[in-house]
Amino acid sequence: MKFLSEYRDPGLVQSYLEGIKAKVTRPWTIMEVCGGQTHSLVRNGLLNLLPKEVTMVHGPGCPVCVTPLSLIDKAIYLATGKKVILCSFGDMLRVPGSEKSLLQAKAEGADVRILYSPLEAVSLAEANPGKQVVFFAVGFETTAPANALSVIHAARKQLDNYSILASHVLVPPAMRAVLSDEDNVIQGFLAAGHVCTIMGTREYYPIVDTFQLPVVITGFEPVDLLQGIFMTIKQLESGEKKLENQYSRMVKEEGNPEAIKVIQEVFEIKDREWRGIGTIPGSGYEVREEYAHFDANRKFLVDLPGVEESKECIAGQVLKGIKKPHQCSQFGKKCTPANPLGAPMVSSEGACAAYYHFSNANLEEETV
Amino acid sequence: MSMMTMKLDCPLPKLDFEVITLGHGSGGLLTHKLLESGVFDLLKNDHLDAQHDGAILNLKGKTAFTTDSFVISPIIFPGGNIGELAVNGTVNDLAMCGALPKFLSLSFIIEEGLSMQEFWEVLVGVKYAAKTAGVQVVTGDTKVVERGKGDKLFINTTGLGEVHDQANIDIKSIKEGDKILVSGPVATHGVAIMSVREGLEFETDVKSDTQSLHRVVAELLESFGKHIHLLRDPTRGGVATVLKEIATQSKLGMEIDQKAIPIHPGVEGACEMLGLDPLYVANEGIFIAIVDAQVENEVLDVLKGTVEGSDANCIGAITLEHPTQVVLKSAIGGKRVLNLLPGEQLPRIC
Repeated sequence: MKFLSEYRDPGLVQSYLEGIKAKVTRPWTIMEVCGGQTHSLVRNGLLNLLPKEVTMVHGPGCPVCVTPLSLIDKAIYLATGKKVILCSFGDMLRVPGSEKSLLQAKAEGADVRILYSPLEAVSLAEANPGKQVVFFAVGFETTAPANALSVIHAARKQLDNYSILASHVLVPPAMRAVLSDEDNVIQGFLAAGHVCTIMGTREYYPIVDTFQLPVVITGFEPVDLLQGIFMTIKQLESGEKKLENQYSRMVKEEGNPEAIKVIQEVFEIKDREWRGIGTIPGSGYEVREEYAHFDANRKFLVDLPGVEESKECIAGQVLKGIKKPHQCSQFGKKCTPANPLGAPMVSSEGACAAYYHFSNANLEEETV
Repeated sequence: MSMMTMKLDCPLPKLDFEVITLGHGSGGLLTHKLLESGVFDLLKNDHLDAQHDGAILNLKGKTAFTTDSFVISPIIFPGGNIGELAVNGTVNDLAMCGALPKFLSLSFIIEEGLSMQEFWEVLVGVKYAAKTAGVQVVTGDTKVVERGKGDKLFINTTGLGEVHDQANIDIKSIKEGDKILVSGPVATHGVAIMSVREGLEFETDVKSDTQSLHRVVAELLESFGKHIHLLRDPTRGGVATVLKEIATQSKLGMEIDQKAIPIHPGVEGACEMLGLDPLYVANEGIFIAIVDAQVENEVLDVLKGTVEGSDANCIGAITLEHPTQVVLKSAIGGKRVLNLLPGEQLPRIC
């Protein structure tokens, strides 16, 4: 595949691996922020190719994993309504709420549909005037423009039966939260390439300045990831602390101004609860007052009882990189993708599921 | 003969109804009207012509016996329809037992409101696939259910076949060093279906790979007999699921080389775009063969000489290391383990 195969080239992979081996002189701990990067590292078996000095920890960048339990319960509650079509991205369906998942609700008769684009949900609303169409708008800055655009389209078409249940989280505040944790072990970051494609690079300079560590904006293919790791190691070994852009074929300094405009038109920044981590100030998008009519949170007043996470789940520590998935006492025992205790075991981008699917007890020493 | 010519040869007869209603499943006049509208003519053979409650058959030696149900949506898709799929799927299950498929039963469960036009196209598909495969549909049934209680059309089948003299397909025959071959490109059927599924439509020229595989299997058994240790068709769950099942059952390990797995560029691109792993996507026209290492090259030569197996390749080997685990060596040299999926493969967010 053109524009992909070049970034999966075994020769280039080898030369970056050798580069990393040549540069590294002592142990370093680097966090890849985005779940897509975790998925690619594990899927391509890159972790067992890296020298033992380099420890990768998997960050909180899995939108499915950090969506609060209460919001999933709300989505399920809405979906169970007779006149509601609840639309969602695929991997949100299996995430356990406090009692069940959207997939189970679907089996019990709820109208839940998997879509690839929120704009399809707008068409669905047009085609079903007698139903309320709710889009479960989950994601980081990457999916925010399309979700915002769906609201703008629905407003233009004057639809009164379309709304979004927004669970949008922002990367830079999460990176700050990880670094501010008293148990923090992270010495360098691979920042999320696609988030920066939308938002640009500006937000990351203050993180480098405040926390004094290298941040390398990195893509998702094997060559991207290894080049990003190589650039981070190079900085670490020479004592540099700066922002670099490995993913320059996609990420521009200013990001995508049109997309940012659309986000700002519909959303405003608010505090947000992250599953497993807690509330992070200024870390989420919520629908602005002007578009309240398209905000499922305001449109449907649902008062559900408060819920608690499983006490055995250490998702918070995994998402902050303090523990590795297999260091959890329930990993692969009580907690499996078929019966997850916490969200990181559900999405294929979740650190626990990635470890579970792509490694196992026999290979643990090699792959973990 | 192609499916296109078959369609031209078998035009929809003139009927006084356009859609199938509950009455067509009542057993009364309407049922007769439906069956005699051309269904019997279309699938004509001595057994079916007898219009008896069942078929009385002659089979030689060891018999392979299988059943399957087909619930695919949409019922007509790029590269085939549910009728062709039902025949080929059942034929292939028999072929994987090392048998020559002979007779099939077909039961239709129709949701009222199905257009006669679509039902006819499915029947022509059945006729085409049965003729191509050289099997007879010898008995069948038709039921109609209320609207909302089916999904247009379900087909249940049974298949009977004569086991080849030379066949010794047995999971217990697999041993260390055996080679794992795949007869053609993976994930083609699943991607073709997804490209037309409601809410996911995307433009692609990928067509389902549905086809019968028993002829090429017979050729392999003829030439290599007991050296063919196991045959499986990786339908739902895809290649990864079948490999993991075999590893678990046989308590042996597998090493798979990702680079060696054949895949059409269009299929690979679609999987990339949809966030799906092609190794877990369904196939309908390929099989996995586990063969003795000494015949690997000859088996591949034979496979490559056939239409069904022209893209065949050796994708890995059986090992005593890591029993019950399937380890995939990625294209860039890393390793990962292939496990069973907890459910349907769900597309990722971003």
